[in-house]
Amino acid sequence: MSLISVLARAEAMATGRATPLATARHRHLSDRPLVFVPLTTAGEVGAPLGALVGTDRDEPRLLAVPQPRDRDLRFAFLAELAQVVLPYLESYADDTETEPATRNREKSEVCADAPQIVVANTSAVEYVRLLGRSTRFRRTAEDDPDEPHPVPARVPLLGRWLTHYGERARTPGSALLLSATELLTRHWATGQSNLEDQHLGALLAWVEPPEGMTGIEAARRAESHRGPDGLLVFPPAGPATDPVFDNTVLAPAAARYDAGITGAGEEIARLLAGQMRPTWDAVWRSMDLLRELPEGAHVADRWKRDRWSYTSHRDRVRAGEPPQPRRDDAVSAAQKLAGRETAQVRLEAQEALDDPLVMAGRRLAGEAFAGRVDRVEMAMSEGKVPKPRPLVTVLTQDRPHLDEDAKLYRALPDGRTQQARFVEWAGSGAVLLRVVNGMGRGKVPDPGTVPEEGDEVCWTLFEHAPRGGAGLPEPEDTPWTHGGPPGAAAATVTADTPTAPVAVTESPDLATTEDYL
Amino acid sequence: MDARALAALAANPGCRRRALMDAAGVDKAAVARVLGNPAPFGQSQFAFVRGHAFEARVKAEGCAELLRLLGAPESTEAVLPDLSAPGPEGRVARTRLALKEATAAGRWTLLDHPLLVLEVADSPVYLEPDAIAVRPDGSWTVVEVKSFPILDGSADAVKVGAAARQAAVYVLALERLGFGTPEHRVLLVCPKDFSNLPAAEFVDVRKQLSVTRRQLTRLTRIEEIAAALPEGTTFDLRLADDGRTATRPAAELSDAVDQLPAAYAPECLASCELSFHCREQARGCGAVEVLGRGVRGELGALTEVEQVLAAALGTEGDPDDPAVAALRRAHALRAEALGCR
Amino acid sequence: MSPVSDAARAAGTATERILHDTLHGTHRGVVVDSPPGAGKSTLVVRAAQELVAAGESLMVVAQTNAQVDDLVDRLATADPGLPIGRLHGSDSPPDPVLDRHEAVLKSAKAADLAGAKVVIATAAKWAFVKDVEPWRHAIVDEAYQMRSDALLQVAGLFERALFVGDPGQLDPFSVVGAEQWAGLSYDPSASAVVTLLAHNPGLPQHRLPVSWRLPASAAPLVSDAFYPYTPFRSGTGHGDRRLSFGVPGDGSGPDRVVDEAAASGWGLLELPARRTPRTDPEAVRAIALVVRRLLDRGGVAVSERGTAPVGPDRIAVGTAHRDQAAAVRAALADLGVTGVTVDTANRLQGREFDVTVVLHPLSGRPDATAFHLETGRLCVLASRHRHACIVVCRAGVSELLDEHPSTEPVQLGVTVKFPDGWEANHAVLAHLSEHRVTWRP
Repeated sequence: MSLISVLARAEAMATGRATPLATARHRHLSDRPLVFVPLTTAGEVGAPLGALVGTDRDEPRLLAVPQPRDRDLRFAFLAELAQVVLPYLESYADDTETEPATRNREKSEVCADAPQIVVANTSAVEYVRLLGRSTRFRRTAEDDPDEPHPVPARVPLLGRWLTHYGERARTPGSALLLSATELLTRHWATGQSNLEDQHLGALLAWVEPPEGMTGIEAARRAESHRGPDGLLVFPPAGPATDPVFDNTVLAPAAARYDAGITGAGEEIARLLAGQMRPTWDAVWRSMDLLRELPEGAHVADRWKRDRWSYTSHRDRVRAGEPPQPRRDDAVSAAQKLAGRETAQVRLEAQEALDDPLVMAGRRLAGEAFAGRVDRVEMAMSEGKVPKPRPLVTVLTQDRPHLDEDAKLYRALPDGRTQQARFVEWAGSGAVLLRVVNGMGRGKVPDPGTVPEEGDEVCWTLFEHAPRGGAGLPEPEDTPWTHGGPPGAAAATVTADTPTAPVAVTESPDLATTEDYL
Repeated sequence: MDARALAALAANPGCRRRALMDAAGVDKAAVARVLGNPAPFGQSQFAFVRGHAFEARVKAEGCAELLRLLGAPESTEAVLPDLSAPGPEGRVARTRLALKEATAAGRWTLLDHPLLVLEVADSPVYLEPDAIAVRPDGSWTVVEVKSFPILDGSADAVKVGAAARQAAVYVLALERLGFGTPEHRVLLVCPKDFSNLPAAEFVDVRKQLSVTRRQLTRLTRIEEIAAALPEGTTFDLRLADDGRTATRPAAELSDAVDQLPAAYAPECLASCELSFHCREQARGCGAVEVLGRGVRGELGALTEVEQVLAAALGTEGDPDDPAVAALRRAHALRAEALGCR
Repeated sequence: MSPVSDAARAAGTATERILHDTLHGTHRGVVVDSPPGAGKSTLVVRAAQELVAAGESLMVVAQTNAQVDDLVDRLATADPGLPIGRLHGSDSPPDPVLDRHEAVLKSAKAADLAGAKVVIATAAKWAFVKDVEPWRHAIVDEAYQMRSDALLQVAGLFERALFVGDPGQLDPFSVVGAEQWAGLSYDPSASAVVTLLAHNPGLPQHRLPVSWRLPASAAPLVSDAFYPYTPFRSGTGHGDRRLSFGVPGDGSGPDRVVDEAAASGWGLLELPARRTPRTDPEAVRAIALVVRRLLDRGGVAVSERGTAPVGPDRIAVGTAHRDQAAAVRAALADLGVTGVTVDTANRLQGREFDVTVVLHPLSGRPDATAFHLETGRLCVLASRHRHACIVVCRAGVSELLDEHPSTEPVQLGVTVKFPDGWEANHAVLAHLSEHRVTWRP
């Protein structure tokens, strides 16, 4: 943890209330997000138990599985979930904008906005991935008339979308799928550890303690206060349930359901709703708090990348491409990693540029410095066509880690980035640098492009718009060092069939008799 | 104490409180209840039922599935010796005998829930692996059955890590039998994907084995910890006749517990029954550890939140101490950015 | 036969086998593990010369611009007439030191270097080279520090390759999580060699068995602690190298530890136990004093290369963090010392000095972390010297290691890497404690 956030946490501990880690909101928030609060059955991998889902905070749609071990009920749940989620996801598909051609891209179409799913915590994000994985290879009766256990139509499609959202959420700064705990911890420091911050109720208690309570007291209450019935007043935000709830409430109710008692199913739904509703409200409340912060200047840029991501998945679905494979091939894995690394560096740069408090952290870490321009001396480059290379002395209290000839960057008012090179320390706290670009083409710099004496400036040692690395080969050109093209091994086994590397079609998952009651 | 507890010592080897109470076999969960800070752990009966169904499936039909996962040739039939005996010592002896016979038998033998013993700080700890396989070449493989899934070939790394540490304790106990050769890789059996079908992976536990050896050496220092306690210190709950209700006053028990220095860190919350109690104490002293183990690295000699804040505000601390200087700058930069204070 | 010529023979045999497999083998790849100072660069230069002599087209991949410049310089020095292409990024011009070699061509475009018999560039630069006829041969240098995805980008450029590297140094890393690919043979965040061998398990693997850098006092420790399954030895015997000083010691802590290190090859300057910030002022000052005294006392190094004074250019200070290096530089400047290399382990990889002074990564820390326990970091710091290594450390590291939680997650299908950081740290510490000088500044 950086020292500046340690200090923020220490302040929170002393004041009994979370302290700000940001002065701007660094994630896009949709005007119409879909909130999804799932619960899962203990011990059964990915088996849904219930969910609250929807775009109306006052009227969540309640889905419940009265007997989680019954596979048909599970798929009925998933079909219902698809009925809520897919129309929402698809409602953004047809409203598009045209993107003009650029050097690297032809003129293309991008969706004007994209659907956003918000869940409670990172476990729920993981659960979205798990649901995606468990459903995208299922076969409907239409896919395969001989499938002994066809799933309702649209369930595999839901799986593909959830997979896409779950995978996109691994890209730093993306906002198609967000969790309330990540949103809050990015913007506030609590007086507890980041492990304890994973509890949404406790986290929210620090950010917004009730009247007359400190964050510690409120968080403690949220973590472990139980009512007279022995149940937690603030149930866990899921997807795992409270074992006490399972053992003392749910199990007897499930037994009544199994015994065929009328109304038992409805009772279970009501019980589950009671466990999920506090989380549902907490997720919406978290978004309210975030909306009070002004949106960071680069948030729209990152959201646009999310819109691209949404649009391209829409296109893959429309083109009838198969579901995402179980495991990435070598090229896709490398592509994803490279994209995420660039996104991480970009995110860190953009957040710092958008938010003086984030920049303060970078300054403390020696990765940026701010100060007043003390002196500007015009100088020209050597060469046939001399260009302006003004020498600027900046007085700063910061202590940047400046290596010899280090590259420096600053944001110009028009949004462009200007580069300079570190020349030397001109005395204590005085950085001498040479501006090397962003001054126009002439012999005389364009007005406003060179800092003037008395200007307050902030230079960073990190790039503002990192470029991605070089491209990767096409999957069919995967080299021998990485096992050759995917599917090639399978093709050699059946050497008498045409050997063009075909996309390996993924088969559905196996199941056992216990999975079908 | 069991294998899990023994393995869990590695989670916080610096904690004398936990080391001594575990070694002494104190029921920490009961102590935590009396202290008014019960542990938040529990198991759902749904998970329990499913776990048992899974293990039964793995061991059904003469452990046919398990043999397949171990790599035995098709339609191998294994000897499944009866290990039942009265009392733990009897079961340990029975297991020992069965292992001896199986090692020499030159065929597959599976020991279902054998019982092993490990001397820890001069008292026996009984360990019950899910199974031990003896191969025709006489080598032994520890089998650990878990209920988390292996999904597309990978599994929750934290859970696999815990399983590996637990299995390493069994391997160590087997090594100390003084005969035979336990493999340094164990077979982890888990449900495959979303089904109840078993899948398995061999896990190399050499590192966990050396960690466990290290921990056991450290446990011999328990006597030193105990010697430092005031005469007559006890964690007895003074149970009433019902055998459940503790009659010992919480304050008195708390005093006894507090004689033992703890090394609280937020990671304890996931694994130690006393963690809520220790957290409250650590918060009471304003220890920086309550904010996370990682925060200490930047703070040098400052160990309390009060000191950190005083250093940041410039009211205390040596300005030549880099940690103090950095905190002052951090405070100034934060104040500047927040435009107030 | 003397142990030294025995070592030379073992090294020679290994090199012949490697060259044979590279030039005449049937496999597409050859992997060479090279412990610190085992003559990796010499091997690369020699392999390049022989491949060119055999009329093969050759590209060389290194990981950093400094490594590329160094290789070009060595190859051009060894073979001044050889046309060598130095392919570089448009905003990272090559080191001007290469200007002294007339036959070295420099360009940012591969097409301009068509006349070169060997083209050398970083992996990052090679990744931009497209639509060219593949080279017959490649040499991939520092292959263990190259990431699998970087190899994926460039492997289409060559038909076969010699992969050379040191498995004991720092592993490559990623700034974002890559757990989702853990256990896959082509995990993009893994080392290039791990992926290569997972897909081509039959490739010949060789090892350079002799360190010509590490003295007899250091090779056994470094080999045991960091290369337990691939041991190596020193190319020189005890007494073959000597470090002596014109000015006798004054009995101070720094002087005593300098004398201890001169006599035994190792020295531990132990400061009183204390929790400190990373840039522990006392430890930083102690390092600066040790360096100052090394210079003031007129060190002379005697080795198989002859007798030479130990000047600032033959001394390095190694740290774990950049701010520590910056603090040491400032402290050295205060004492009027210039010209001594001060850098982090990452940047000292591949470099060699007579004497190194190391700030122990765990000195004064409240806790050990995966970063500080990484074996590669300690290995780099403990294996840069030809004569002596002096470690400056707070007391209490042993207890710190004992209290370190061992709860590492385990990924299925990932080969366990040895040695364990904990064990390696204890091994080094135990050895250092035999050369301890306690000092209260």
